[in-house]
Amino acid sequence: MNRSITALVAGVSAMLLAAGCASDKPATSSAAPETSAAASSAAASPNTGEQSKFFVQADYDAQLAMRTQSAEGPADKPWEQAIAPEMVSTAKYKKDGPYNLCFSNAAVNNPWRQVGWKTMQAEVALHKEIKQFTALDAEGKDDKQISDIAELVGKGCDALIVSPNTTATLTPAVTGACPKVPVIVFDRGVETDCPVTFINPIGGYAFGADGAEFLVEKVPAGGKVLALRILPGVDVLETRWSAAKVTFDKSELDVVGVEFTDGDAAKTKSIVSDYIQRHGKIDGVWMDAGATAVAAVEAFEDAGVPVPAIVGEDQQDFLQKWKSGGLTAIAPTYPTYQWRTPIIAALKILKGEEVPKTWKLPQPKITSETLDTYLRPNMPPLHYALCGCEKLPDFPAGWGGK
Amino acid sequence: MRALRSMGPILAVLAVLLVLIAVANPFFLEPAGFLAFLKRAAPLVILAAGQYFVIVSGEFDLSVGSLVTVQVVVAARLIDGQEQATWPVLALLIVIGLLVGLANGVITTGLRVPSFITTLGMMLVLSGAVFLWTGGAPRGALSETFRMFGRKDLGPVPWSVLILLAAGTAAILLMRSDFGKRLIATGDNERAAGLSGVRVDRTRIAAFVLSGLAAAVAGILLGGFAGVSAQVGQGLEFQAITAVVLGGVALGGGRGSVVAAMAGAFTLEALFTLLNLYGISGALEFAVQGVIIIAAVAASAVRLPFRRALRV
Repeated sequence: MNRSITALVAGVSAMLLAAGCASDKPATSSAAPETSAAASSAAASPNTGEQSKFFVQADYDAQLAMRTQSAEGPADKPWEQAIAPEMVSTAKYKKDGPYNLCFSNAAVNNPWRQVGWKTMQAEVALHKEIKQFTALDAEGKDDKQISDIAELVGKGCDALIVSPNTTATLTPAVTGACPKVPVIVFDRGVETDCPVTFINPIGGYAFGADGAEFLVEKVPAGGKVLALRILPGVDVLETRWSAAKVTFDKSELDVVGVEFTDGDAAKTKSIVSDYIQRHGKIDGVWMDAGATAVAAVEAFEDAGVPVPAIVGEDQQDFLQKWKSGGLTAIAPTYPTYQWRTPIIAALKILKGEEVPKTWKLPQPKITSETLDTYLRPNMPPLHYALCGCEKLPDFPAGWGGK
Repeated sequence: MRALRSMGPILAVLAVLLVLIAVANPFFLEPAGFLAFLKRAAPLVILAAGQYFVIVSGEFDLSVGSLVTVQVVVAARLIDGQEQATWPVLALLIVIGLLVGLANGVITTGLRVPSFITTLGMMLVLSGAVFLWTGGAPRGALSETFRMFGRKDLGPVPWSVLILLAAGTAAILLMRSDFGKRLIATGDNERAAGLSGVRVDRTRIAAFVLSGLAAAVAGILLGGFAGVSAQVGQGLEFQAITAVVLGGVALGGGRGSVVAAMAGAFTLEALFTLLNLYGISGALEFAVQGVIIIAAVAASAVRLPFRRALRV
């Protein structure tokens, strides 16, 4: 009797919730309000929801234009190249070596950051004039990174490299360090221009648009596209989706869903399987990052249907799947070779050479023509191809390869 | 008969959810569609059965989620794509599961640490260990043979459904044996059970070991289903507890059947599938789980006075 009451109450509450949800019309994502989507229901893709509040038209335009601009610098070393650089003088930082470089790292909590971190250490090893390289890992915690930066500033570093964990929270810490030591920020940004240089590839808009444009080209008009995102509210991911949304909204494609996967392979596979069952056929899959791309591909394989056009990333397991399955695919990248550039920048600054104020690195996309260049059979599945690390000492063993 | 009556509500809820899924997605009614659902639910159902043993004995096991992650990450690194390493590694994973369960049980009973704290600590220890060992990202790759259990079929039936059948049958037989009776007695009234000759500590340790074993099997299935990931086990402990509670098993122990707990897991998975089919997922899943746990505990608290009155 008692058991029945517990189960009944629990069950009814669950059903109420389920029923409440079922009576809503299918929403695109939990974050997207219905109003504007409904208002623009005449558009080709009413399912893409409202535009992200992270969307900035000027940045979007600038990034999309940068994709076709040629970069200055050595063509075989994209980590030394810069797109449309505006150089700044660093004469006031000039000092004699040997140098003590410091690095405050946000985290090494995903394969992308791992590959980058190894690459950065290898770059440091190339330069004999670096006497000491002190790195502190903030383990993904803002508060730890704030105290890490304070600690490093007090240690007599000649230059401080920061890869911020989050943009807004780390801004005061970076602002505080700027007067005491030349600061180099890379990967994610901060809301101050006090660092000597800010280094990163073109950015999220270019990444998102590369994938979406590929689907528009490969999927016939009216085709069903499923968009998979990791999670909402992170600027680099929001810009990827917002650029894709712009592309999809202008296209004839039918975006049947925009789902968050938490970057979880099992969840990705379940979501994709559900969409295949529900729509019978999915003609394209867009992703804001390719870490779970293989899980999405496997969902089609396990359902016994052909794998449609898909967007991935430069992770080896995806490239491998692409090659062996003969997929119609593209891999936009956010290259890990950008981890080499801050070391190069720091040495330039300490030698008094000019550096770009905003150092934009090229951001190539891997296509079926260039796939073979980037697929390396002996590298581990979670290795990122655009590490720029192939000619560094200790490659491939240092990156887990054979 | 009594057992069937007590399971009535959860089975009714499950049936309604299954009908709703079938309405949204007719493919669900075909054998392949339904088997795909069972395959996806299998890890959670097995995990819920393991959690049931612990909960019905009056304890909690919060470490199963990170234990699943450990299983997958360790398997990928040790197998590293080599087929011949598969079976030794599978055996090792089972041993790891049993040992973690044993440690949870011994610490909880021997050192008198509340299981909530023991297994919370174990969860942190395990996730910390994984992080240290991998530097934050899993390495290596699983072999095809390893992935077979979570991904492939034996004839028309997925391996995971067969493993689920075996595990479910074993759990039911176990609860019908003397061990099951001792377990329920322990959870219902530890002192009375002890006085009537039940070795309370040993019984509880066995429950934790079973939970560890269930987590090992679930880890093998999940790794097979989706491949290497450092997040595979995230939140699974709460899903398992929610499933058990949804099946009408009393938090605090002593009441509820293992079949109902497994039905609870199916119900939860059906609910997630339904939310997904209607394009609603993500944060709402957590909210639904939270509501279920609170509602179930509130329901049991509300009826407690009546129960005492009846006993007097």
